[in-house]
Amino acid sequence: MIDLVPIWTLVIAVAVFMYVLLDGFDLGVGILFPFAPDHASRDLMMASVAPIWDGNETWLVLGGIALFAAFPLAFAIIIPAVYFPILFMLLGLIFRGVAFEFRHTARTSRRHWDRAFFWGSLVATFAQGCVLGKFVRGFAVQGRQYAGTSWDWVEPFVLAVGVGLVFGYVLLGATWLVLKTEGPLQEWARGKARVGLFGVLAFIAMVSIWTPLLDPRIAERWFSWPNLALLVPVPLATAAIAWWLWRSLARGRELAPFAAALGLFAMCYVGLAISLFPYVVPPSITLRDAAAAPQSQAFLLIGTLFLLPIILMYSGWSYWVFRGKVRAGHGYH
Amino acid sequence: MLDPLLLSRIQFAFVVAFHFLLPAFTIGLASYIAVLEGLHLATGRRVYLRISTFWIRIFAVSFGMGVVSGIVMPFQFGTNWSRYSDATANVVAPLMAYEGLTAFFLEAAFLGVLLFGRKLVPPWAHFAAALMVALGTLASTFWILVVNSWMQTPAGFEIVDGRFVPTDWLAVMFNPSFPYRFLHTVTGVYLTTAFTVIGVAAWFLRHGRYVEEAKVMIAMGVLLASVLVPAQALIGDAHGLNTLVHQPQKLAAIEGIWETRGGQPAVLFALPDDDAERNDAEIAIPKLGSLYLTHEWDGVVKGLKDFPRSERPPVPPVFFGFRAMVGMWAIMFGLTLWAWWLASRKRLFSTPAYLRASTWAIPVGYIAVTAGWITTEVGRQPYVVYGHLRTADAVTPTLTGPDVALSLAVYVAVYFVVFGAGLYYLVQLVQRGLPEELGGHALEPQQRAARPLSAATRRE
Repeated sequence: MIDLVPIWTLVIAVAVFMYVLLDGFDLGVGILFPFAPDHASRDLMMASVAPIWDGNETWLVLGGIALFAAFPLAFAIIIPAVYFPILFMLLGLIFRGVAFEFRHTARTSRRHWDRAFFWGSLVATFAQGCVLGKFVRGFAVQGRQYAGTSWDWVEPFVLAVGVGLVFGYVLLGATWLVLKTEGPLQEWARGKARVGLFGVLAFIAMVSIWTPLLDPRIAERWFSWPNLALLVPVPLATAAIAWWLWRSLARGRELAPFAAALGLFAMCYVGLAISLFPYVVPPSITLRDAAAAPQSQAFLLIGTLFLLPIILMYSGWSYWVFRGKVRAGHGYH
Repeated sequence: MLDPLLLSRIQFAFVVAFHFLLPAFTIGLASYIAVLEGLHLATGRRVYLRISTFWIRIFAVSFGMGVVSGIVMPFQFGTNWSRYSDATANVVAPLMAYEGLTAFFLEAAFLGVLLFGRKLVPPWAHFAAALMVALGTLASTFWILVVNSWMQTPAGFEIVDGRFVPTDWLAVMFNPSFPYRFLHTVTGVYLTTAFTVIGVAAWFLRHGRYVEEAKVMIAMGVLLASVLVPAQALIGDAHGLNTLVHQPQKLAAIEGIWETRGGQPAVLFALPDDDAERNDAEIAIPKLGSLYLTHEWDGVVKGLKDFPRSERPPVPPVFFGFRAMVGMWAIMFGLTLWAWWLASRKRLFSTPAYLRASTWAIPVGYIAVTAGWITTEVGRQPYVVYGHLRTADAVTPTLTGPDVALSLAVYVAVYFVVFGAGLYYLVQLVQRGLPEELGGHALEPQQRAARPLSAATRRE
């Protein structure tokens, strides 16, 4: 039987990345929401993501459950270790998600749901950053169980990654708004995209220095010879994309900033993979250790390979239906 | 003092019970909207469009709440039940992933078009979107009940190093209780929707609002109930007989019978006492229990005392949950008979007592569904995977009592705010009633786009 571990690694990497990109810009729009210039802009910002946020969030379910299915040991160790970040993420996503419909229905209590939309997005993003930070820092493991406490994630590095992801999603959200809006709101979004870009670059620099200092194995991975020469394109490409993003904002391009922001996330993702491979529960459990029974991986893979292209097709169609600039009046019915 | 196991069980019961109230409504409502959209497309009658548009708004709010409270569920498996996750992942996780792949993406992608796309896509595509959303909700029901049924009546696996490993996927999916549970649940949630629609329409009718639409809604609801209420009795009975074979302790707890013997009574009411192993204040009909369980007056049915205490579920929640569910069914049955009696005298739409009773009966479906879940889930105890994995051995080992107490308190606080607000807005949407008249496809898209946002989306 063919080895399915690499294929599943790829599928989950893609699902998680899809989630980060797609819900990333939704959540970024939510974080930017209260800073919008006026009431009408806020309506437009929400309308730009209202038809698609649910589909975007579904990638989180797929990523989570696919991890549970393909690498169950990782799921059973990582999720208890980030018990509270997961709790805060879920509650944030609840407030963010219901805000769309509640705000639309509410009359006098509308501003409460404006706040719920912002705080929900912010808390969910920060919590996701904490999960990522804890993942980089690694997990105490004994046998097949997590061996730390539910509070081990509270440390400066993990919290800093939480803040970094907030800037990252702001960048995604702002460049999405550049793509989907026009006029003064678009100009405002360009300004916020610059703020997001500075935040992200500062964060990338910080993590690139901090991580090797915290973890000798990661330092070894990047700075030993010949890895150093082989991996030097990663930071160079990151710098080039950041430059492209800055230029395209200055030149008033509409699609390029969003594309460049996605590229920046992709480079960070590659960097993360280089640092941690082949561990799925750093620093002790590899992808192969955590893999599900081959017949379980095979059973799900058959359906996944058949269904994912179909999902991408009709999800693409629903994006296409709502293509173009978002305008007032394209609300309900 | 604070037991992480007990608190985790309470937390799971709390978040899943609240979550299921939404699918209990939206699974049926998605199908109803698809039928209405289809009828409008086929007949061109605008009454169907007006009804559909009204319910789509309500669907949007309910479905959103269902989605966000549903995302909580798979993560509970990891946060609080990590040993369950490690032991069962090879079997249950691929099934849950199939739910995501076949249902969640379908619902999410087409929901956007259903809610926001009426003016952007041709009518047939909008109908297709409604159909896909309905199909998605049913696919989701299918997979999650496969998982639940496997935990009730596990099949198609072997145990290797303490972990479940699938040997036969068809046996896993079509495990002994699945067909019964699936039919029973789908029928139950369709009835929940039917009685919600009837109750809302009856309220409109009583206040002289949207008379034409309300009559259509009541007629459609009563017709569906006329088929499904009797059908549910037959399906429920078959499901019970299946439980008698595969989960005899649960069946004994449902019936409240302690001794193994022939000619078991049907216990109508009692106060079961787990410690004393007997019923107080019992009201029972002799021999009837054996008749409907074994189809013989003297058929032998096992009582709870035949099982060691460590293998029994706590009896009162199972016993009372079952009676609450059947009681709700009886109300639905009575209302449906009443409706037919009135219809035969052409007074269905003009009898205030019936209309008022129908509105008061909106909660019966939700109570029945919740009571049914309590019966079957508590009845599976002390196991999480029946006969193989105890609930006590499934909990995350690193959790402390205060950890779970904190998360449970936060869930309770947030759910009361969010579900409370949701209920409030749903009632408001009902009170605001149907849209005055729809532009629909009669208006050109350019005209619509030019309308100010406040007119299109806010009716203040």
